[in-house]
Amino acid sequence: MTALVELTDVSKFYGNIRALEGVSLEVHAGEITCVLGDNGAGKSTLIKIIAGLHQHDAGTFAIDGEEIRLGSPREALDRGIATVYQDLAVVPLMPVWRNFFLGSEPTKGAGPFKRLDVAKMRETTRAELLRMGIDLRDVDQPIGTLSGGERQCVAIARAVYFGAKVLVLDEPTAALGVKQSGVVLKYVAAARDAGLGVVLITHNPHHAYLVGDRFVLLKRGAMAGSHAKSEIALDELTRQMAGGSELDQLSHELARATSGEE
Amino acid sequence: MSTATTAQADERLLRQGYLRRLMGRPELGSVVGAAAVFLFFSFVADSFLQPSSLSTVLYASSTIGIMAVPVALLMIGGEFDLSTGVMVTSSALVSSMFSYQMTANVWVGIGVSLLITLAIGFFNGFMLTRTKLPSFIITLGTFLMLTGLNLGFTKLISGTVSTKTIGDMEGFDSARAVFASHLSIGDVDLQVTILWWFGLVALATWVLLRTRVGNWIFAVGGGSDAARAVGVPVNKTKIGLYMGVAFCAWISGQHLLMSYDVVQSGEGVGNEFLYIIAAVIGGCLMTGGYGSAIGSAVGAFIFGMTSKGIVYAQWNPDWFKFFLGAMLLLATLLNAWVRKRAEASK
Repeated sequence: MTALVELTDVSKFYGNIRALEGVSLEVHAGEITCVLGDNGAGKSTLIKIIAGLHQHDAGTFAIDGEEIRLGSPREALDRGIATVYQDLAVVPLMPVWRNFFLGSEPTKGAGPFKRLDVAKMRETTRAELLRMGIDLRDVDQPIGTLSGGERQCVAIARAVYFGAKVLVLDEPTAALGVKQSGVVLKYVAAARDAGLGVVLITHNPHHAYLVGDRFVLLKRGAMAGSHAKSEIALDELTRQMAGGSELDQLSHELARATSGEE
Repeated sequence: MSTATTAQADERLLRQGYLRRLMGRPELGSVVGAAAVFLFFSFVADSFLQPSSLSTVLYASSTIGIMAVPVALLMIGGEFDLSTGVMVTSSALVSSMFSYQMTANVWVGIGVSLLITLAIGFFNGFMLTRTKLPSFIITLGTFLMLTGLNLGFTKLISGTVSTKTIGDMEGFDSARAVFASHLSIGDVDLQVTILWWFGLVALATWVLLRTRVGNWIFAVGGGSDAARAVGVPVNKTKIGLYMGVAFCAWISGQHLLMSYDVVQSGEGVGNEFLYIIAAVIGGCLMTGGYGSAIGSAVGAFIFGMTSKGIVYAQWNPDWFKFFLGAMLLLATLLNAWVRKRAEASK
């Protein structure tokens, strides 16, 4: 089976800064690929390349086995890659239903009377959110008044509704509490079960291990490891993610500092 | 996450529905303000309620209102335009001088003026989206350049600071009928600009609330990165907004020219703030993403009532600017308060 998205040895430079070098990953339908890394590891750069905001400088980027170079986020969307950013790409002051269809609004009528199909927009928004278990009192409320988890779910529901084949999620649980994170992860799993390929970017190995099928570790712009779930245990993943030997060193140093004071 | 059952949720919605919907409208603050100003001048100025006074007030409102509509859309789209005041004059100067120097028919000049004014709007939008500089700087530059060009070109061509009269040229009467005629309904004399104004408000409201472009205008003002990420053509929307401003500047410019038959090249400076004030009083947020075209009309109406009401009350018109400034502060505070209440009630 060809991967939905496959990156091979992809690199990205900003001037003389190496943001990403030699990173490979693949995303299959019905699977979740987790990208793990600390701050500054290159996760954002990777996501921007997949989403079409930036272009890679070296390596290959293939969608459905066809090698391409994306020129814009619109092009990525047209090829079925939907990205849900940390800021969720929602406009806080706009009503939920306007946000849901933003950029792909359905219209009716022709010529100068071409207008938004408001009834359909409201009805679809309500129905799609209900399917994900969000029962909104009022789809007219500004999306900024929803909780973080609800907004995340609206963004995921929107991507699924618009026929995404690959869902790229940028730290969907970063700003959420334990319970809300669980709800969001449930929807991520639901999207996977619906046959989508998911790229989950996170710095939380516990969340990643709960839902992930394969794990790509980034460190300072380079690949630090790539594992299938069967090959690696949570402890090992956490250790590698946190810097492994560096963490041992740190705990050693901290222990000494404490004993030195006493 | 809402765990309330549907029935409970509906019950809540019914109880709060009307009030909350009203509180949520961006125009609310300005409508309250307009009612207050209206009542105030009804009491202090005896002649304020006469039909002829009201038609004068409406005319004054319409000259600001025609420009306040596109300026409000632009502010919802998150940008400013400081060049609007002098752009109106530029537009009038172009049609006057082109007609006088190059052709025999006024309408040719009016057509050329439309193209040139739209080009100025395009320039503003294009520079903004290309350079990513704040619109404040870009349009301040355009404002100064246009001010200079208005004076410089007029002196170069006419030898004085005003244009030559075009009153005896072909097409002047029909052009005056379109841009600066009166309609008499009973004993009330209404200027045609009032029709232009109402038409533009209706059109802008339709575009804002019921078309894709309207959705995009709210989105580019409320979060342009988010809008771009979901595929909204952010740059085209902004350039389009600036060209909308230019189109209305063209209408205002032609009215300015046709109400007399000459144009003073130094006119228009300072009017850009009146348009912005009308939009802000009408509920537009300075930060973009929120506001309405109807609100801008109410803002312009407040402006009209105040500027003429002071005259009818036989006060010294020197006080007008003070009232305008106080009104702007009050309206902005009221808007902020209303919005906070509206959001808290959700």
